[in-house]
Amino acid sequence: MLDGILLGLETAFTFKNLLLVVAGCLVGTLIGMLPGLGPMSIIAIMIPVAITLGDPSAALILLAGVYYGAIFGGSTSSILINAPGVAGTVATSFDGYPMARKGQAGKALTIAAISSFTGGTVGVILLMGFAPLLSSVALLFHSAEYFAMMVVGLSAIAAFAGTGKVIKALMMTVIGLILATVGESALFNAPRFTMGIIDLQSGFSFITLAMALFALPEALYLVLDPKRVDADGSSEAIKDLRITRAEARAIAPVIARQSIQGFLIGVMPGAGATLASFLGYAVERNIAKGEEQEEFGKGSIKGLAAPETANNAACTGSFVPLLTLGIPGSGTTAILLGALIALNVNPGPRLMIDNPSVFWSVIISMYIGNIVLLILNLPLIPYIARLLTVPRNYLIPFILFFTMVGAYIGQNNATELLLLVGLGIGATILRFADYPLPPLLIGFILGGMMENNFARAVNLTDGVGFMYQRPMTLCLLIIGLLLIFVPAYRRRRARALQQGVALGD
Amino acid sequence: MALDKWIAVFFLVICVIYGYSAYTYPLLPFERNMVFLPNTMPMVLSVLGVSLALLILLAPGPKADTEGNALGNINLNKWREYKVGQALGLIVLMTLYAFALRPVGFITATTLFLVGAGWTLGERKWLTMISVALIGALCIWYLVQEALGIFLRPLPWFLS
Repeated sequence: MLDGILLGLETAFTFKNLLLVVAGCLVGTLIGMLPGLGPMSIIAIMIPVAITLGDPSAALILLAGVYYGAIFGGSTSSILINAPGVAGTVATSFDGYPMARKGQAGKALTIAAISSFTGGTVGVILLMGFAPLLSSVALLFHSAEYFAMMVVGLSAIAAFAGTGKVIKALMMTVIGLILATVGESALFNAPRFTMGIIDLQSGFSFITLAMALFALPEALYLVLDPKRVDADGSSEAIKDLRITRAEARAIAPVIARQSIQGFLIGVMPGAGATLASFLGYAVERNIAKGEEQEEFGKGSIKGLAAPETANNAACTGSFVPLLTLGIPGSGTTAILLGALIALNVNPGPRLMIDNPSVFWSVIISMYIGNIVLLILNLPLIPYIARLLTVPRNYLIPFILFFTMVGAYIGQNNATELLLLVGLGIGATILRFADYPLPPLLIGFILGGMMENNFARAVNLTDGVGFMYQRPMTLCLLIIGLLLIFVPAYRRRRARALQQGVALGD
Repeated sequence: MALDKWIAVFFLVICVIYGYSAYTYPLLPFERNMVFLPNTMPMVLSVLGVSLALLILLAPGPKADTEGNALGNINLNKWREYKVGQALGLIVLMTLYAFALRPVGFITATTLFLVGAGWTLGERKWLTMISVALIGALCIWYLVQEALGIFLRPLPWFLS
């Protein structure tokens, strides 16, 4: 491991890569602060830039920096104007915004920065321990297990989609898998399902799809409902960033607990930062005693520190399945996976052996990213916050323009733009109807790999016998099924019980 | 019928068409003896898709979420309050941009798009808007062309 760390240090501490971390964090914070733009949209917008860098380590370092920056920026807009750009920072606004209303915006931002820093750093340390361990297990995997593992990943993502949304999430996953079969693939001799459209021969472009699914609907939402941004943008002067010693002592145990809890939740595919932050908030509120519990929701420092720590630790945790199994646990890591594949790097257990510099430099750059966020962004926040006052009439055209440029320069093809608009309208309607979109993208990205592994396993065993002949495959497939059916069964039973009680009345 | 059910009907139709075209997929002569065919996975997917779409259609709909979640998701019942016209205008502009980009050139098309989008959203300070759009278009063109090395024709076809 020490060799790896040294290799990572060597790669990450080149001038170019350091610059990329700083740039990534800054760009991420700047854009992440804009209401309505979450890390997924920002990373999607930044992918063409990252891919043009050509070097996978540099690209991943830049994108990871953007990811952290975006989360931090999201917390800032949650605290200052109560407009969380990301679902993961919604819990931050519960106590962050009341603190800002009380004139403690500076203190709230400091607590958010320190919590994020600690959560992120502890997360990276745990990641360093976890990833090699999981990698060594994953090295035993054959194509059959990979296929089963992807089934588990996809079902977990659907299972965590939220109450009443599991079937919809599964539907979206299948649609993603269907979209992935369009065009040429490595296995077969002719392009499939292109409907005679030559531009579809190479399949749907993942950048276009990512933009259409996340950035475009967000922008259209901002147009449809201007109130989403109008939460009084008057940025009062942010002064007094200091916190007292007593406050530090109060939040220390919260941060310690939530760093570990958040990381563990982040490791599970599908759970991610949102769940971690809400759970973190809920757990801390339950642990807190009398008076402190009353404070939650009215500007409690513990209530701010808990979700902030948890969501950053979870972000780091979500890199574990990505780097070790090649299976993204969230929409954001799915986009990162797409970028890596575009750069000819196959994340998975072999990553540590084949591309150790990529693996370790990303981990080291996470440390650097955390430090950059703490020492660079915090003093700059009062200035960066002015961005929040950019008028909507200028902001929205530029967001739309960036999504289009991103889709266009990926393929240099104007048809991509039409696809983007079409898919974007579709995605907006799907969001109206409460269909979760990340499963679609994850299905799309995993689709090709899943089919390849499935085909290999079928060819090796001359049929689908591998599903029950290999114990590990069987176990994984059963876990996948349980993930979907157990929550559905419990809900159905709960509903039946409820109806029974109602009838008994 | 609620919107999500209509979408399920749409998916059902798509999956049936997809399944049919997978079933009738023209296999090459040597492919017929293979265990795993190019249409194996698509057929499995279409079956899964059809069953899921039917499940969504037949399942009792959850109670309408009247308040929307904390992210302020849009409530379809209040659509009259939303600026649908502006959104449609922007979509039309984006489509026009897609058709105009090649012939009109990047800088021209982008400036026109940004100004048009600003106007659609209600901006009437022409001078500011045009200068911001032009500067933005020039900066991005320079970045893409020089830093990323991707060719974008800046001006209309008769000028460049």
